Amino acid sequence: MRWLIHLFPLPALVIYTLFVVYPIFSAFLYSLYDWNGIKRGVFVGLQNFITLFTVEPFNEMFWNALRHNVFYFVVEMIVQNGIAFGLAFLIYRKIRGSGFLKIAYFMPRLLSVIVIGFLWKLILNPNYGALNTVLGKIGLEEWARPWLGDPDTALLAIILINCWFGIGFAMLIFLAGLQSIPEDLIEAARLDGATGWRMLWKMILPLCMPAITIMTIFTFIQAFEAFELVYAMQGSMGEPFYSTDTLAVYFYRMAFSSGAGDVTLGLGSALAVVLFFIVGSVSALSLYLMRKREVQH
Amino acid sequence: MKMTVGGRAVSYVLAYIFALIALYPIVLMISSSLKTNMEIFASPLSLPKTFSLDTYKKLWEAVPFADFLWNSVFVSAMSVLLITVFSAMAAFYLSRFSFKWTGGLYFFFIVGLMIPIKLGIVPLFLLMKNLGLLNSLWSLILIYTASGIPISVFILTGFFRTLPIELEEAARIDGCSHFQVFWRVLLPLIRPALATVIIINFIHAWNDFFFPLIFIQEEALKTIPVGMMVLFGEYETDWSLLFAGLTLSALPMIVVFLMASRQFMEGLTAGAVK
Repeated sequence: MRWLIHLFPLPALVIYTLFVVYPIFSAFLYSLYDWNGIKRGVFVGLQNFITLFTVEPFNEMFWNALRHNVFYFVVEMIVQNGIAFGLAFLIYRKIRGSGFLKIAYFMPRLLSVIVIGFLWKLILNPNYGALNTVLGKIGLEEWARPWLGDPDTALLAIILINCWFGIGFAMLIFLAGLQSIPEDLIEAARLDGATGWRMLWKMILPLCMPAITIMTIFTFIQAFEAFELVYAMQGSMGEPFYSTDTLAVYFYRMAFSSGAGDVTLGLGSALAVVLFFIVGSVSALSLYLMRKREVQH
Repeated sequence: MKMTVGGRAVSYVLAYIFALIALYPIVLMISSSLKTNMEIFASPLSLPKTFSLDTYKKLWEAVPFADFLWNSVFVSAMSVLLITVFSAMAAFYLSRFSFKWTGGLYFFFIVGLMIPIKLGIVPLFLLMKNLGLLNSLWSLILIYTASGIPISVFILTGFFRTLPIELEEAARIDGCSHFQVFWRVLLPLIRPALATVIIINFIHAWNDFFFPLIFIQEEALKTIPVGMMVLFGEYETDWSLLFAGLTLSALPMIVVFLMASRQFMEGLTAGAVK
């Protein structure tokens, strides 16, 4: 009966292969065909990729969405992770009420993205929303605007809402990183005369690198997969005027709501492959670099 | 580390301002759900003058919330159960035995951490159609189970490896089979890691709306997030009803969290920073 042990990984392996690996692998294959959704057409090689990058309006849409994904990543790194690290540092230095603060920061993370989307849509409503009302009350009427209807502010508004959602989780990761620093290392540095900022830059940040790297990868993956919030708030067209479009929303549009009978499934799959390579290569590279550094420790 | 008095004051102000930013929209959501539409427009920021659950009564008639709630509970509980059992079995195998293929198998599972599964949605849709699982809660359970396996195997394998091998050897000398070692000796020891896996996957399954949006058409089979989505489309002018809908969708999760906030927060980070 010793062979029975080989059955242990089997259920996980079968389900994972069938519902994760196989669909992704098929998407790779589909990207090489001219495909209309009902029947797979002729093999076209890399034609879908060439179309995606060179033919209007596909190429414009692609670069437009990619730019937004990059912007997403940059803003989240600065705003979400910057603030989260600051808050983690405050709690690490034993601020009073830290139990309550942790719960408060984490609360938004519990809401479904669909709830967050509609909640903020109501708050940002140009006529009756709470934000414009507050601005009016504190004498900043001229700042009030239709945040989500204005192409200049819509994307930033959505990314900031995403930051609001993600700060609590990022804070917990950073806090776990800070708390894993051995006390005696800090003590030794203090005896050597390190204080304040010097201590932060020379000691704490470098020792927190594992947590920072993990959060950077998470943020990157999240930024390049950004879909739910945009879809919940601005629909599948990335309104207004594609100003909030992301690669995943563009992909969804091609796969499910291309409209006007467009034949874009092969093209959509090509986009999925590109997105997969962006996310996959960056996270693989960063994991590799992280491992290497761990060895040096 | 010592802080100056000024530094300490600034720290407190910042820390509590951000707590306010995090909580205020949620408080606003709940308090608005208890107001009438008139009151929301007239004084959107103040607390409700009169406490009234009328909106919730209206909401209960507008959507089959009890159905949505049951669907969410069933899908999340089933997915979490399957993920935990299957991942623990796989992780036990991967961490306790070294056959020629265990390294490769581990790698195969871990690759899934980097796969954005949404990108396979078109083939996945066709697969579910062929399996006759469209419009079935099992389509969701299978997809959440499958996509939850990589992170869970990763966390559990790491945890199994930290357990001393002597424990098992002792158990084997006492005559335990593989299964008994796994079930009686090791599983109870990895309880913290199991909690992490359960929490991560529970939050994900409970809040997801992408897959039910695509796989579930029938009203009575919708989970809370997609079920409520219909409401948000149909009653665009009835703000108090919308806020009540949002509150009701968020409430179960908030209640669970407040009851077990420690495990939630520790669980979510336990696997991430080692």
